[in-house]
Amino acid sequence: MTEKQHITIKGVKEGLVFLLDDSCEFGELLDELHYKLETTHQQLLTGPLVHVQVKLGARRASEEEKERIVSVIRQRGNLLVQSVDGEQDEELAKAAKKDDLKIITGVVRSGQTIRHEGNIMLMGDVNPGGTIMSTGDIYVLGALRGLAHAGVDGRRDVIIASSMLRPTQLRIADIISRPPDEWMTGDAFMEFAYLQEGQMKIDKLSQLHRLRKDPIVFKGV
Amino acid sequence: MGEAIVVTSGKGGVGKTTTSANLGTALALHGKKVCMVDTDIGLRNLDVVMGLENRIIYDLIDVSEGRCRLNQALVKDKRFDELYMLPAAQTKDKHDISPEQVKDIVLELKKDFDFVIIDCPAGIEQGFRNAVAGADRAIVVTTPENAAVRDADRIIGLLEQAQISAKLVINRIRPTMVKSGEMLDIDEICQILAIDLLGIVPDDEKVIKAANAGEPTVMDPSSRAAIAYRNIARRILGDKVPLMQMEDKNGMFKRLRKFLGIG
Repeated sequence: MTEKQHITIKGVKEGLVFLLDDSCEFGELLDELHYKLETTHQQLLTGPLVHVQVKLGARRASEEEKERIVSVIRQRGNLLVQSVDGEQDEELAKAAKKDDLKIITGVVRSGQTIRHEGNIMLMGDVNPGGTIMSTGDIYVLGALRGLAHAGVDGRRDVIIASSMLRPTQLRIADIISRPPDEWMTGDAFMEFAYLQEGQMKIDKLSQLHRLRKDPIVFKGV
Repeated sequence: MGEAIVVTSGKGGVGKTTTSANLGTALALHGKKVCMVDTDIGLRNLDVVMGLENRIIYDLIDVSEGRCRLNQALVKDKRFDELYMLPAAQTKDKHDISPEQVKDIVLELKKDFDFVIIDCPAGIEQGFRNAVAGADRAIVVTTPENAAVRDADRIIGLLEQAQISAKLVINRIRPTMVKSGEMLDIDEICQILAIDLLGIVPDDEKVIKAANAGEPTVMDPSSRAAIAYRNIARRILGDKVPLMQMEDKNGMFKRLRKFLGIG
């Protein structure tokens, strides 16, 4: 057996967490797993049913490799593998959630409502009396004449952008703004609304990069 | 097999009944066999506009409840042999008939007529659902007012859901008010509603006079509204008719006409 420990087993409230080293050979890892389960950690690994979470760290493991790890652990009848995940998976899942953009084509007419969890892009107009809602950003490639509510779950870092921003009302999180009374620009620029210190602000879309350093937001648009 | 066209608007008082009566008459002028159906049960007035009130014997509810045959309830127009009207009941209400029953009646009428024009009541409730049940396509009437445009938008949304294609008629346009910017202009309305424009009708006092006399405006060729309705009828029949000039010099209409291809 190698001298360096590649596998750390920790007890947590839910059961056991297997922290697998992400820099060693995969074969080495499996051998050590075998060894630990069968010899050194006998006393710990017998007894009642225990849930196991496997953390791969930064290792890029294929589905097949994951399956092999699971099958080794399963050999102990009392160990139940709950999850096998690496940092990468978590990051990917997070990124996917954040970049989840739904594109809808059509006109949101009076009395109609579109709601989406994530960011939403509408290719068309929102007419007066129509509502577009999302938990993330709202982009309207068309005229926004109705009501737009971004960050319905309370996110305040979201924006509402439109080719023609002429809404009856804008809402970001719990902040409500009535454009005709509070602001209205006469120009037909692409504009966006955002929150700054709890106040709704409107600016030209070309100024968005000052608010968000990540230009990828509008990639491909 | 004919075609059923529902005339609807959402808002009341924009000219659904006037449009129904005039389109029906204009299509009859072209020699088509037309039946107009009034679905505004409890508040019928298509018969009044057509001047046929005193000829009603049976109505839509009598047909649906089997008190008479469909043919018995049809009222023949006094001007045209091929123009008929199926009146609404005045003593009942919209819940006394179901969309399925209206659909069956319209289907029956389509066998005998080239066009079935259905006059829809205001609103989006039961009466509206009854009226659109049997329709193949729709004409949405609006006026250049914000409230009417909002309601038209709502109606178009409902028609889209029911998969009925709709075209727009803008009624009661006052050229001088549009020109001075006090009235919504046609471009603006078309942009919001985003459906094809079937025609525009100028505001004309003769329409009121004609309706009171029980004589559809379209019969009087000296009226500008009459010409507008005749144009709409021709467009329904497939003719390419340019949009009516509201003013002698008006670039907007030219642009719009170009934009629509035909008008």
